[in-house]
Amino acid sequence: MIVNLYPLKTFKLPIIAECINPDMLKGKTLDDMRRLELWEGNKRRTLGELFKIEISNPASSSENVTIIVNGDVSRVKRIGAGMKSGEIIIKGNAGMHLGAEMHGGKITVYGNALSWAGSMMKGGAIEIHGDAGDYLGAPYRGSKEGMRGGKIVVSGNVGNEAGAYMHKGVIKIYGNAGQFTGFRMRGGTIYVQGSCGGRAGTCMVDGAVIVVGALESAPPTFTFEGVKNKARIDENEAVEASFYLFVGDLTENGVGKLYVARDRNPHLSNYEKLL
Amino acid sequence: MELLIKNGFVYDPINGVNGEKIDIAVKNGKIVEKVNECKAKKINASGMVVMPGGVDIHSHIAGGKVNSGRLLRPEDHYRDFEKKTRITRSGVGRSVPSTFTTGYRYARMGYTMVMDPAMPPLEAKHTHEELSDTPLIDKASYPLLGDWWFVLEYLKDGKIEECARHVAWMITATKGYAIKLVNPGGLEAWGFGNNVSSLDDQIPHFGVTPREIIRGLCKVNQLLGLPHTIHVHTNNLGVPGNYATALETMRCVEDLAAGGKPVIHITHCQFSAFKGDDWRTFESGAEEIANYVNACSHVTLDMGQVIFTDTTTMTADGPFQYSLHTLSGNKWVNHDVETETSTGIVPFHYKRKNYVHATQWSIGLELALLIRDPWKILMTTDHPNGGPFIAYPKIVAWLMSRKAREATLKRINPKARSRSLLQSIDRELDFSEIAIMTRAGQAKALGLNCKGHLGVGADADIAIYNFNPETTDPSRKYKAVRRVFKKAAYTIKNGQIVAKDGEVLRHVNGATFWLNVQTREPAVLTAEMQRRFKEYWTVEYENYPVSENYLAVSHPITVKADV
Repeated sequence: MIVNLYPLKTFKLPIIAECINPDMLKGKTLDDMRRLELWEGNKRRTLGELFKIEISNPASSSENVTIIVNGDVSRVKRIGAGMKSGEIIIKGNAGMHLGAEMHGGKITVYGNALSWAGSMMKGGAIEIHGDAGDYLGAPYRGSKEGMRGGKIVVSGNVGNEAGAYMHKGVIKIYGNAGQFTGFRMRGGTIYVQGSCGGRAGTCMVDGAVIVVGALESAPPTFTFEGVKNKARIDENEAVEASFYLFVGDLTENGVGKLYVARDRNPHLSNYEKLL
Repeated sequence: MELLIKNGFVYDPINGVNGEKIDIAVKNGKIVEKVNECKAKKINASGMVVMPGGVDIHSHIAGGKVNSGRLLRPEDHYRDFEKKTRITRSGVGRSVPSTFTTGYRYARMGYTMVMDPAMPPLEAKHTHEELSDTPLIDKASYPLLGDWWFVLEYLKDGKIEECARHVAWMITATKGYAIKLVNPGGLEAWGFGNNVSSLDDQIPHFGVTPREIIRGLCKVNQLLGLPHTIHVHTNNLGVPGNYATALETMRCVEDLAAGGKPVIHITHCQFSAFKGDDWRTFESGAEEIANYVNACSHVTLDMGQVIFTDTTTMTADGPFQYSLHTLSGNKWVNHDVETETSTGIVPFHYKRKNYVHATQWSIGLELALLIRDPWKILMTTDHPNGGPFIAYPKIVAWLMSRKAREATLKRINPKARSRSLLQSIDRELDFSEIAIMTRAGQAKALGLNCKGHLGVGADADIAIYNFNPETTDPSRKYKAVRRVFKKAAYTIKNGQIVAKDGEVLRHVNGATFWLNVQTREPAVLTAEMQRRFKEYWTVEYENYPVSENYLAVSHPITVKADV
């Protein structure tokens, strides 16, 4: 079953729409879907009041739901939060907390996503073709429950603190990353193809941050372990290039790995004297 | 307004009523002999349990510490929130709920009076502001006086009467209800990065010992004739082997007791009943404490039961909180309340599968079941330290049903299970004993004559639970017990129905109880003291006292003392 959603207006107020979730639409008729509740500002609304809903291909298995959002929903928060199966495709920008705490399924955004995309996710996949905001895959404020599984791929740039408190899973960023990437990480891998802001991997205990682009400096609380020719992202994927490997964060007795590409970071070459 | 509660099974231990079918009449917020049956609104309580409104002797619900806890834990709020209704306000928080939510949740469980047990005098105004904003329940607060500089000085010089006058002034000025001691002496030492480890350690700069502070303030309490005893959080709290310190603390005031009346309340005793030399050899010291308490009559305790959940620990015991922070690696707030006390806050998750946590869970219940007299052991979780107060129904079920205990025992750490004394305890409490531990005993320990019973003249604070003890066995149907204690069928506050079946029906401001302690001679504030106030406190002496109009609903209790 494919459910097409068209925003009926340009949203000015924040909307909390946990009902835009394949699990919630599973086995529902069009009328049921229209009646699903969401919040616009402090007012209760229904899905039908804010979106035009079209179901195509209803005859196919209603177990396998794909939601296609056509239009800008950057004001709409918590799309796909907690989803376990199915697929969401957003043709436009997505709002905050996209796919927060998701367990499975897939979300694809052909546009940008705001902060906390994939926050506290446990499984599944998120693909963002534009940029992502701050706290990509990071926990809710105050919490230590970082990402525990799944995969996030961002084609553009991301903000600060991507993958903070991450335990497991993979984050791949093809653009640039902000500061404190992998802050307090405990496992998993973050791959940054572009340049990375300062303090990458600060307070990390385990896991790996791979920076293929430029990194201003390695944190002073990391030890230099040498030059490696390969950095592994997951079981199936590795990057073959010359990397400086730093291990830390020593303030946390950490054994996290920070790989920094050698060719793009000549200013780190003085570490080679330590070999 | 008149109210008549008909045909309920009434449990009113103070008046010796044990499950008999009695009608309760209410008029103008008080319980009366009878009302006009035609005019009164009738509540049909047939097949239900009627008890006095619940009283909680120890629950951190307001003040600077609780508020810092709220700031520290956004993640505690976002999963648990209450929506606004026509009557109630919205609110958030599970272990550190906002003030309104606190009031609503207590009222839903049939509680009508809650004591906030730790008010730094410097933050008395803040505490009272929050208490005034906590609806539906009456409340009071205990000022922390165990490490108050002037008290330490008076005790060092042996000036008990002067100390008593000073304490009287302090309690009245902070609108407090009882004398609270937290890790006496340890908090002053913590100001310099130290702690005390026994009752006879010298406190730096003052040259008094914890034993002298406890005995001194116990004598002060008696001189002033305050309704509650001294409320003591023992030294060495949360340290393996501390059951010996707890026993020593109780013993050290044994000789001050007279007439079989309690002179000391050891609070959240579970945290002070650890045996062993370190965390590896850690075990329960509940049996030793229970044996002592069973043999004497000068002590009351409360449980401080641990619940397996994520919660926020907060005490004035700064050094303990620091050790908890280093132990757990969790975030930590340390707050130095100038010259008065200290504060620490650390989020904590009690886990079933952790040996120490599971043993702690067991210790709380062992204490409650091994101490034979329910008037001596009161039910608390030391909210939020052992767990949030919304878990009380679970504790009631554990106490009433061996089956409930076994169900939890099955799921805890195997080593803790095999060592737990609970397997050998068959005792199951009845509704009367539960009524004692959750209301009558608490009110009696607090010296509140108008609370905790349903006799004529008492405040009409009543809780009705939809449970028929004639047809249902609480020991077997423990899940039903949990359910009914979670949502009282009716909660009546001052003769008005404030909550029904877990839904808040109206907003009523509860009163703030405080002691107006009048001494024969006024407390002397020397020029030297005033100078020190100016030099060491951020609040001027003149701005220090909380005036009565600061309280939304003031309920002073006058105590006349002959000092």
